[in-house]
Amino acid sequence: MAKVLVGNHIRKLRFNHHEMTQQQLADMVGVTRQTIVALEKGNYSPSLELAFRIAHAFKLPLEEVFFYGDNPEES
Amino acid sequence: MTYQEKKSIVSLISSIFIFAVYCLYRYPQYPGGALESKEMFHYWGSFILVLLLVSIAAHIVISIVFNIIFRMTTGEKEPAFSDEMDKRIDLLAFRNSFAVFIIGFLLAMGSLVIDQPSKVMFIILIASGFLSDVLGSLSRLYHYKRGV
Repeated sequence: MAKVLVGNHIRKLRFNHHEMTQQQLADMVGVTRQTIVALEKGNYSPSLELAFRIAHAFKLPLEEVFFYGDNPEES
Repeated sequence: MTYQEKKSIVSLISSIFIFAVYCLYRYPQYPGGALESKEMFHYWGSFILVLLLVSIAAHIVISIVFNIIFRMTTGEKEPAFSDEMDKRIDLLAFRNSFAVFIIGFLLAMGSLVIDQPSKVMFIILIASGFLSDVLGSLSRLYHYKRGV
């Protein structure tokens, strides 16, 4: 299986948004909690629409939630 | 382990269990006598049709029981809908499952071409149907565990 190259800061952003739970975020963006779990683990690359919905939920631009390749905060 | 992973495991085990029990139940009823007799075709036709009905009914019952046990043990409700990840995994599982069934179908037709008895064709068809079901459940489990 191809390695998932789209990373994200969802876990950190949830923590910074009043410690939002995975279920709360899932309800806001219309997916199941298991999908949020898979996204945070890096096991799933979301569709463009879901990526935008997640960015909107955090009121941030897409590139501040998702990144491609290496994590820019670690490099 | 997530709900979907548990459900895939339950589906896998129940598929194997249902198929094994059904085969053990039907095997003694195999008609003796001529290889290509009318009774034999009737037997294989009813074998496949009843297996389909029994599998569907058993899967529904097992799914309901699983959901009840899942709620009781975890205190969580099962997901009420399939989201994009579920649909993608379902598609991948269906692709793998379909590929196995088509290979089985081609082998079954091939067995007729090389003049094997029709019993062999039916056995290959039934086995490929069972294997495709098992592979579908395994694919789901793999993708829920390892990602897509």
